[in-house]
Amino acid sequence: MAEITPGKAYGFFTDTSVCIGCKACEVACKEWNQLPGNRPVFGDGYDNTRSLDSQNWRHVQFIDNVPDETMGGGQGKAWLMMSDVCKHCTHASCMEVCPTGAIIRTEFDTVFIQQSVCNGCRDCIAACPYDVIGFDEQDGVARKCTLCYDRLQGGLEPACAKACPTDSIQFGPLDELRQQASTRLNDLHAQGVTQANLYGHDESVYGGLNAFFLLMDKPEAYKLPNTKNAVLPSRNNFGGWLTGAATAVLGLFAGLIALRRRQPPPSATTPQGTPAQGAPPPAKETTPPAEGSTRGEARVP
Amino acid sequence: MMLLADAQHFVRPPEWTWYIVPYFFLAGLAGGSYAIATLLRLRGERWDEPAARVGYYAAFLLFVPCPILLTVDLGKPLDFWHMLVNTTPGGGGLNFKPWSPMSLGSWGLVVFGLFVTVTFVEVLVHDGVLRLGLADRAVRLLDGMPGKIWNLVGAVLATFVAGYTGVLLAVSNQPIWSDTWTLGGLFLASGLSGSAALITMLVHYRREAQFSTGALVLSERLFALLELALIVLFVVTLIPNGALGDAFGFPWILLWLVAFAALLPGLGGLVTDRLAVTGEGTVVAQPAVASMAVPGLILIGVLALRVAVILSAQ
Repeated sequence: MAEITPGKAYGFFTDTSVCIGCKACEVACKEWNQLPGNRPVFGDGYDNTRSLDSQNWRHVQFIDNVPDETMGGGQGKAWLMMSDVCKHCTHASCMEVCPTGAIIRTEFDTVFIQQSVCNGCRDCIAACPYDVIGFDEQDGVARKCTLCYDRLQGGLEPACAKACPTDSIQFGPLDELRQQASTRLNDLHAQGVTQANLYGHDESVYGGLNAFFLLMDKPEAYKLPNTKNAVLPSRNNFGGWLTGAATAVLGLFAGLIALRRRQPPPSATTPQGTPAQGAPPPAKETTPPAEGSTRGEARVP
Repeated sequence: MMLLADAQHFVRPPEWTWYIVPYFFLAGLAGGSYAIATLLRLRGERWDEPAARVGYYAAFLLFVPCPILLTVDLGKPLDFWHMLVNTTPGGGGLNFKPWSPMSLGSWGLVVFGLFVTVTFVEVLVHDGVLRLGLADRAVRLLDGMPGKIWNLVGAVLATFVAGYTGVLLAVSNQPIWSDTWTLGGLFLASGLSGSAALITMLVHYRREAQFSTGALVLSERLFALLELALIVLFVVTLIPNGALGDAFGFPWILLWLVAFAALLPGLGGLVTDRLAVTGEGTVVAQPAVASMAVPGLILIGVLALRVAVILSAQ
C-alpha cells in the first residue's frame, strides 16, 4: 500500500464478483471501530446483519437470485453477495440537509460525521438514499462508516479492506481504483460475463461515489438507486418553497376577502358598547383604537 | 428533472414521531394565528383589534412549547444550539444553510420567537395586564408605522413557521414526503384554517372581540378551500410514483377521513351560505359560530392531517 496523502481522494472499489460472503469485513470493522453490534437476526437466509446502521458500518448482502426450479448448467445464476458500505458520495444527501455542519468532507475526500458536533436531529437519516446512517440511541448521534478516518490519518488502509481475503474490497486513490475497475470490467465482459457493470464509478450517480462497486446485476437488485432515481433532497426545495409562497399569497387574498368592509357593530358610535344594546361591555383598557390608529394609541391611559 | 414515476426509495425512516407531531401542529397554529391577527390588525376595521389581540395571545402561547418539543426530540438536547452556531473544530461563526430547511427553520423559529414574544408583551401592555413602566415605554416604540412594520415582518415569519415543516419533509428522500412538493403549502393552508377556527373559538370568550367572528368564519372557509385544493394536488403528485397506497392505506385513511370531515363544515358553508356582497361589503350570511364543535373538529382535522403525513411515510 502506497503512502496515504491528505488532499488526495481515496475510496473503496468493491468487486462483488469475487465476494464470498465471509463477513470478515464486518468483523474487522466492528473490531477496529469498537462497535458492539446488534443482536443477530436469523431468518430465511445467511444475512443476520440485515442492514447498515449505527452499529453495522459494513453489511454483506446475500441476495438469493437463484430460481427455485432446477435450471440447466451454465445459466450463470448465482447468489449475489455484496459488502455494502457508505458510498461517500461526491454530492452527499446527508451533507446537504445536515443543519449543524456535523457532516463534513475530510482531507481524504470522504464523508465524515463529527460526533461532537452532531446533535441527533436525524435529518441525515431521512435523506440518505442508501439506508446507511443509523441513530445511536446510547450516544444520541447519527453514525456511519468513517472510511476509517483515524486509520487513514495514521497511514493505514481501512480495516475492512485490510481484512478482505479475496480483495473484493480494494482501497486506494480514486483515480487508480477507477482504472482497476475498468480493467476488471473489460476482463469480465471478455469472459462473457456481460451482466457485470460498474456502479458509482462516474458522475452519473450523486456526482460519483468514493465507494463504488462492480455489480453482477442491475443496481436495483442490490437495493441501490439507479441513475434515474438517484436524486438529491434539494430537488424539492424550489417546488416546496414556491408552493408555500403561493399558498401564503392566496391565503392573504382569502383573508382580505374575509375582511372586506363590514357593517359596524351596533355600538359603533359608542365603541365600548352597552350591555343594553347587546354589545360587549367595556373591558379594562381594551377600547378599540381610534380611527387611523392601529393599536390603541388613543386608549384610556 | 426526475419524473416521480422513476423514484424508488431505499431510505431509512428518521423515526420522527411523538415530539414532532405536536410540534408540527402547534407551529402551524402559532404561525397561522399570528398571520391572521396581523391581517385583522392591519387590514381589518378598528373593531377587529380585540380579535387581533386574541390571535397574538394564542400565537405566543402556542409557540412556547415548540422549541421545547424540538429540543427534547434531539439525540443530544443540550446541543440544540449547534443548529445555530458552527461548532466544527477550527470553524466558528454561525450556521446558516439556506438550502437546508431544518437550518432555515431553526433560525426562523428563533427570529419568529422574538417577534411573537414582543407582540405578546405589547398586547399585554395595551390590554392593561402588564403595567410595568419600562415595558410600557418600550411598547410605545411600536406605535404607528414601526409597529405595523413589526407585525408585517412577524406575519411573514409566521407563515414561514407554519409552512416550512412541510418543506422540511419534502426535502428528503423519504417515500411520500419527497414524492410531492405540496406539503409546505398544505401545512400552511391547514395551519391558517386551524388558526381561524381557534381564534373563532377564543373570541367566544372575549365579547368585545366578537365583532370579528363573521370575518374569521369566512376566512376559515376560504382557507379550507385552499387546503382542499392542496390535498388534491398532494394526491395528484403521489399518483405517478405509486405512493398513493402508502399515503392513504389503512390506518392512515381513517385520519384522512377525519381531516376531510374537518373541511366539510367550511366548504359546506361556502356552498350554502352565499358570500353576500352588499353595500356594506362581504358578509357571512349565517355565521355558524354558536357551537364550539365545528372549530373543535377543524382543529382535530389539522392534527389528523399532520399525523397521517408524518407517520404514513415511516
